[in-house]
Amino acid sequence: MAAMTREETEALIQEVLEVYPEKARKDREKHLAVNDSSLEKANKCITSNRKSLPGVMTVRGCAYAGSKGVVWGPIKDMIHISHGPVGCGQYSRAGRRNYYVGTTGVNAFGTMNFTSDFKENDIVFGGDKKLSKIMLEIEQLFPLNKGISIQSECPIGLIGDDIEAVAKKATKETGKPVVPVRCEGFRGVSQSLGHHIANDAIRDWVLENRDGDDSFPTTPYDVAVIGDYNIGGDAWASRTLLEEMGLRVVAQWSGDGTLAEMEKTPKVKLNLIHCYRSMNYIARHMEEKYSIPWIEYNFFGPTKIAESLRKIAALFDDTIKAGAERVIARYTAEYEAVIAKYKPRLEGKRVMLYIGGLRPRHVIGAYEDLGMEVVGTGYEFGHNDDYDRTIKEMGNATLLYDDVTGYEFEEFVKRVQPDLIGSGIKEKYIFQKMGVPFRQMHSWDYSGPYHGYDGFAIFARDMDMTINNPCWKNIKAPWKNQVANDEAVKAVA
Amino acid sequence: MALRQCAIYGKGGIGKSTTTQNLVAAMAEAGKKIMIVGCDPKADSTRLILHAKAQNSIMQMASDAGSVEDLELEDVLKVGYRDIKCVESGGPEPGVGCAGRGVITAINFLEEEGAYTDDLDFVFYDVLGDVVCGGFAMPIRENKAQEIYIVCSGEMMAMYAANNIAKGIVKYANSGSVRLAGLICNSRQCAREDELIMELAKQMGTTMIHFVPRDNVVQRAEIRRMTVIEYEPQAKQADEYRTLAQKIINNKNFIIPTPITMDELEDLLMEFGVMEEVDESIVGQTAAAVA
Repeated sequence: MAAMTREETEALIQEVLEVYPEKARKDREKHLAVNDSSLEKANKCITSNRKSLPGVMTVRGCAYAGSKGVVWGPIKDMIHISHGPVGCGQYSRAGRRNYYVGTTGVNAFGTMNFTSDFKENDIVFGGDKKLSKIMLEIEQLFPLNKGISIQSECPIGLIGDDIEAVAKKATKETGKPVVPVRCEGFRGVSQSLGHHIANDAIRDWVLENRDGDDSFPTTPYDVAVIGDYNIGGDAWASRTLLEEMGLRVVAQWSGDGTLAEMEKTPKVKLNLIHCYRSMNYIARHMEEKYSIPWIEYNFFGPTKIAESLRKIAALFDDTIKAGAERVIARYTAEYEAVIAKYKPRLEGKRVMLYIGGLRPRHVIGAYEDLGMEVVGTGYEFGHNDDYDRTIKEMGNATLLYDDVTGYEFEEFVKRVQPDLIGSGIKEKYIFQKMGVPFRQMHSWDYSGPYHGYDGFAIFARDMDMTINNPCWKNIKAPWKNQVANDEAVKAVA
Repeated sequence: MALRQCAIYGKGGIGKSTTTQNLVAAMAEAGKKIMIVGCDPKADSTRLILHAKAQNSIMQMASDAGSVEDLELEDVLKVGYRDIKCVESGGPEPGVGCAGRGVITAINFLEEEGAYTDDLDFVFYDVLGDVVCGGFAMPIRENKAQEIYIVCSGEMMAMYAANNIAKGIVKYANSGSVRLAGLICNSRQCAREDELIMELAKQMGTTMIHFVPRDNVVQRAEIRRMTVIEYEPQAKQADEYRTLAQKIINNKNFIIPTPITMDELEDLLMEFGVMEEVDESIVGQTAAAVA
């Protein structure tokens, strides 16, 4: 299908909005836009970070998901207590594929679920005593833990438990950091506030721990990787590139990360931000307090990787600049071979994305490296500054959809007729049953890593095996089915 | 006779628990079978019937046993003066947890365990102060108390609280069968108190069901953890409670209240001299500024 014109895309949005009652239509209208890459600011065309409407199907999460699931959960040598009833922690346990090195249950705890398992009694009488007891039990059973975070579920905010007091007392008793996080799920409009709350908790309870302690030997090439959650090993594939160009990665926030790494981060020379949405807060704080500059980078696909390596190197001396060129040169043959193999199979394929924090814009370059085009994208919980960064990456007259509803997404897909959809588990089976090739772009569909040159090879292979999978001969998208049906009718006639 | 479920509300410290227990004792004396359900974390709604300091509450015992499912009805249901059945919901100490959830859990437990037996004539819920959250409205939700009695006095804040409680009743009355059944004036010996409460009741669409005068015999009985009915059955005050009991037994005046506005309440208080006319020119002025 040919690219849609601005007028066609605008008409499509209006048509999709038609089914809504007036109030809903007015609200949703602001979240759907036709991209205009000439704009400087996205707020001229799209509204984001607002409350979802009751009655629509939104796939957003909650503040607890943002704090426990995204920011804190991957810190592997701390124990994260899901404080409240059992479900929040248990049904999100180990679901995010944040890989880590360590012996689970001994010195790493990433895939385990710790919960205070609230019952009626704990609601009525408060959970503070139980929480204190849990801390002692953790100390006895898992003595190699480096600290504890208390991830508040909804009831904690309702019954007014004083988790800060419990945390202070436990820190005094164990000498290890105990961090209370007020990430009750009902706060804010999505998981986004949970990221912010989690960042603030790190700022208040962790970041200052080694201020005034200069025992950690530093180098002029110390950097921290901020906002890489090591999904399927992403952070590892990124870290090797940085190290090969001569930088020293002191900390990974927070995929395969440790408490000590976070505490040492105020000593680095530069913060490198991958997921801006979930961790820009702490980077800005370190810039203010410790005068550490930060830059955003993008390690999806060779074009963006080279761009980013050079952008990072420009902030260092000639050794690093030469290092960046060396890294790019070393991998050129490798990624060119990947492109040579897969581009002919993927050229011209059109993609629609709907993901979380950084990928709706960051993976565009990787698709383009394979000759593919992203024709629609949107964020579950993005803010205006995310869309500011997106309008430049997307082609003119492409579709932007913020906090898209189930109905809107399906209708857009039916009309735009993409060759591939990249979104989450909640969308996956709907579109596969429609006959549209689909990749999960939160979990990499149990594959990965996709970051770095190593990841690009896997990314290219996965997109190819999804789009060109023989199964699509047996189940066709409705618009393809229509053609088949028409032909069948003709044949009978 | 079908079981009648009544809830007693009113401002904190107005004498709800004392009035309820004396009233219930008088009803029991008249042959009625009654259960009291204390809905207050302080758990002091049954002490005069049981001659106890404070009854073991459902929530406290559930906490000790592990969970409410581990309890049996006979663990929490005590029988006191003239076979009055007593339970306390209980709840947390001040400043922690959620007392409202305690009330909900306790009442659900009583229902599931079959505490509402056929032989009962009355259940009385004695509920803490204001209806601050959904938990304390539990006794007036569907299928629970249908008659609400508000204890008040001629003091401004008591009347203010009574009017607020009426607002809460309106909400649940429109969606269910709960009705306001009357105001009980527990005298604080203010001037023209009875007339004032009668007028308030009239404006709210109900009646002052009884005026309970102040009498020190109530306190003397209370020191002995007894009701007046039991402690000094011949006392004049005992007859007041007996009258109140008969009035409630025979009461048929159940209405959806018409709470009055703050202005109307102030007018009423001014009319009876409880409050002076507000001089708008001094509102917000500090002592220094006025001088």
